[in-house]
Amino acid sequence: MSEKTNQWPLWEVFVQTKPGLPHKHAGSLHAADREMALLNARDVYSRRGEGTNIWVVPADAITASTPEDVGSFFEPSNDKPYRHPTFYTVPEGVKHI
Amino acid sequence: MENRDQLFQYCLRLGDSSLVIGHRLSEWCGHGPILEEDIAMTNISLDLIGQARIMLTYAGQVEGKNRSEDDLAYLRDSMDFRNLMITEQPNGDFGKTMMRQFFFSTYCYFLYQQLTKSKDATIAAFAEKSLKEVTYHVRHTSEWIIRLGDGTEESHERVQEAADELWMYTGEMFTADEVDELMLKSGIGADLDKVKQEWANLVNDIFKKATLKVPSGSYMITGSKKGKHTEHLGFLLAEMQFLPRAYPGASW
Repeated sequence: MSEKTNQWPLWEVFVQTKPGLPHKHAGSLHAADREMALLNARDVYSRRGEGTNIWVVPADAITASTPEDVGSFFEPSNDKPYRHPTFYTVPEGVKHI
Repeated sequence: MENRDQLFQYCLRLGDSSLVIGHRLSEWCGHGPILEEDIAMTNISLDLIGQARIMLTYAGQVEGKNRSEDDLAYLRDSMDFRNLMITEQPNGDFGKTMMRQFFFSTYCYFLYQQLTKSKDATIAAFAEKSLKEVTYHVRHTSEWIIRLGDGTEESHERVQEAADELWMYTGEMFTADEVDELMLKSGIGADLDKVKQEWANLVNDIFKKATLKVPSGSYMITGSKKGKHTEHLGFLLAEMQFLPRAYPGASW
């Protein structure tokens, strides 16, 4: 986390826009603890009716891949089209796939 | 309409308190201690000004003299305002603003719970809508009172001092006059004794968690329900009303 001692910890905010949909990353904010992080997330990221549910996660709890990982992580799957479910017919009326 | 004058007064009290404390909070806009809290205070301010708009519009209709929400907000002087004196007190530091808002929002929370059952359909609808907003205001301010009270030595001292300073303005929230009594009797208004008990319980509970002492002072200043105010309201109105008075009828 930030080395500046005058900054509160950083939190990542995930907002669910409708019941059943996955939470999406909305942005980040600073807060002293998890309850205040939740309140701040409500105030900063759900002012225009965006949300039905909010997650806040300490930013340092997230482990991310690095740009150097791209080659070994993602490129090997580029030539394996049989992993895509595109060979199935999707029933009519199915959304959110 | 029966009891038109009293109902007009009752609506003015509800609307003016929300308007004045909403304006006070808006003074923080751009000056919040952190960006997130700046937005939070502005959100609360907008909720309150929205509540004031509903109640002042209705007050104008009840009065029947063709006065709009803007006429009532911008073209009355301080002796015609009926907001509680706690709402006009200056912001002070962040702790004092939170304490003022905590005292007032907690009062609204219990008041509006009763008003949702008002026989006056507009007041009941107003209370229903406002209660959801106020529930959040209570949560937000309580969390801050707990953290400031149980925080550092300095934050504890400052927020305790704020509570002590504001305490004498809390009494009139629960002091019923003949308008309150008439409104209660006719099923429109709320029972302020009940609000007082519920308010005291919640304040005691939060203060305990915050390691703060509930002030023991018994002197309470009253009079806003008759138009008596502290010197701060005039300055607040001078700023809030400047534009519509300098440019009558201005719109955007």
